[in-house]
Amino acid sequence: MTATLAPGPSGTTTGADAAGLLRSEWTKLRSLRSTVWSLLLLVAVTIGFTALFTGLTVAQWDQLDPAQTAQVVADPGRMALGAGFQLGQLAVCVLGVLVMAGEYSSGTIRASLLAVPRRTPMLAAKTVVFAMLIFIVGELTAWPTFFLGAAILHSRAPVSIADPGVLRAVIGAGLYLAVLAVFAIAIGALVRHTAGAITGIIGLVLVLSPLAQLLPGSIGKHIHTYLPSEAGSLIASPRQGANDMLGPWQGFGVFCAETAVLVAAATILLKRRDA
Amino acid sequence: MIEVRELTKSYGAKVVIDRLSFTVLPGHVTGFLGPNGSGKSTTMRVIVGLDHPDSGTATIGGKRYAELSRPLRTVGALLDAESAHPGRSAFNHLLYLAQSQGLPRSRVDEVLELVGLKDVGRDRTGTFSLGMRQRLGIAVALLGDPQVLILDEPINGLDPDGIFWIRNLMRQLAGEGRTVLVSSHLMSEMAVTADSLIVIGRGQLIADCSTSEFIGRSSHRSVLVRSSDPVRLRTALDAAGAQVVPGEDGAVSVRALDARHIGEIAARDGIVLWELSPQLASLEDAFREMTHGHRDFGSPTGPTADAKRQPETHVVAAAGAGAGATR
Repeated sequence: MTATLAPGPSGTTTGADAAGLLRSEWTKLRSLRSTVWSLLLLVAVTIGFTALFTGLTVAQWDQLDPAQTAQVVADPGRMALGAGFQLGQLAVCVLGVLVMAGEYSSGTIRASLLAVPRRTPMLAAKTVVFAMLIFIVGELTAWPTFFLGAAILHSRAPVSIADPGVLRAVIGAGLYLAVLAVFAIAIGALVRHTAGAITGIIGLVLVLSPLAQLLPGSIGKHIHTYLPSEAGSLIASPRQGANDMLGPWQGFGVFCAETAVLVAAATILLKRRDA
Repeated sequence: MIEVRELTKSYGAKVVIDRLSFTVLPGHVTGFLGPNGSGKSTTMRVIVGLDHPDSGTATIGGKRYAELSRPLRTVGALLDAESAHPGRSAFNHLLYLAQSQGLPRSRVDEVLELVGLKDVGRDRTGTFSLGMRQRLGIAVALLGDPQVLILDEPINGLDPDGIFWIRNLMRQLAGEGRTVLVSSHLMSEMAVTADSLIVIGRGQLIADCSTSEFIGRSSHRSVLVRSSDPVRLRTALDAAGAQVVPGEDGAVSVRALDARHIGEIAARDGIVLWELSPQLASLEDAFREMTHGHRDFGSPTGPTADAKRQPETHVVAAAGAGAGATR
């Protein structure tokens, strides 16, 4: 009977610890259906809504407010990318929360922390794997989204990938989603309850922005500018708009800093709290 | 070897583990007993680093759990059946754990076969029965072929075959020189499985001894006696200070006097004994007697931790000056 329990080949070590942890987190991620569904939703919603919004804009062009059409002409790339990503990003928010808070709601966190009792390496590996996956899928979404949007807008507001800032914006869309993925994992780790964390992040990303714009004067404008999703998504806009107080990389830097603070808080709490 | 020293843990104002110390040695199955809410699970969670103690230490082979590199190769733990994502297959659950420990994929198939889940390994664990989830938890514990096993209520939800299997598995693992700490609320199970016991109540140590010693320590020991003249025997035994309780078919149950003395008294008075058999208290009796006053159930609401702790001093003293005494 000892034979069945003997270590056999299991006694041999395969790969370094860090590589093992990354593989482990990749296995966790790919083995859940919610991952596949969320990513399909990200691609479909983003491309679909860009097609819908640019299509409607072109179809209604002559009835539109001249100020609106002027905005589209000034930066058609922003329209092509922004229309779809505004909603598509929610899939990243939800999946990021599920990836972390789902460990708590299912109890998997106990198995995970028994395997990695120092905890921080587990969170780090999970964050790296998820952010990389979202960056790749984000780019795979951004390119067709841009070319589709640009093709639809072509007759009214032509834009090319060679135009200033456009290449950076298309790559930036994936970068923004990757950092948003980290942001969502941190929220999930802090809140630990799936429903609460999803409500929280959707509030932060979607609801707070229009609310902040209702605030009077420059306070509202400043708060709006520094909101994570507002600052972060500047990198996905080819040109700096008249109302943008920050440049694309500045905005992205603000978003990265805010995310870093959340990750730090999540790490400290993950280490301190009983699991 | 597992060493717990002066471990204390509170949740808010409630003291769950109170200066608990014990050692679990390799080569034995050590049963971990205590009433509900006595702190067994919390103690196990602290040993494997899921919960942080307020003070005191818990070490495995001299190291804190968090200091172990690739801990699943040293310690296998089954804490509760609900620690796998219902949407993930058993295979993938084990695979991600194996990868985090640098264990090969083939080991996953090995443990799935070992616990009898080979055929359902690719099914999502959400479709599993409690018994199957329990087997998966045992597969996780065995994954890294660890020298130390910590199993919290492992037979929960298992069918008789499963119970027989896990009982033999634990004995086999201990026989190979591994350290096995297993908690259970089923006394009968512990009586046949555990070589030694650690008994706690309200987070404090009540007993730390062999199973037979624990049973023997109980005052419930009695002697069953059948004789030719129960009435005269009873009078004689009463006179000797024994407690005699009439039983069925003219038999009597005698306490506070051992078989030798009963036999001598009968011989002196010329009474023929047909049966004279010492009855050992069941583990359950011993457990209930010793944890009396340690139960959290039904205790009046509101007493402070100090007030609660008061009566236990007597119980520990009554349990004898053996290894059980904590102070």
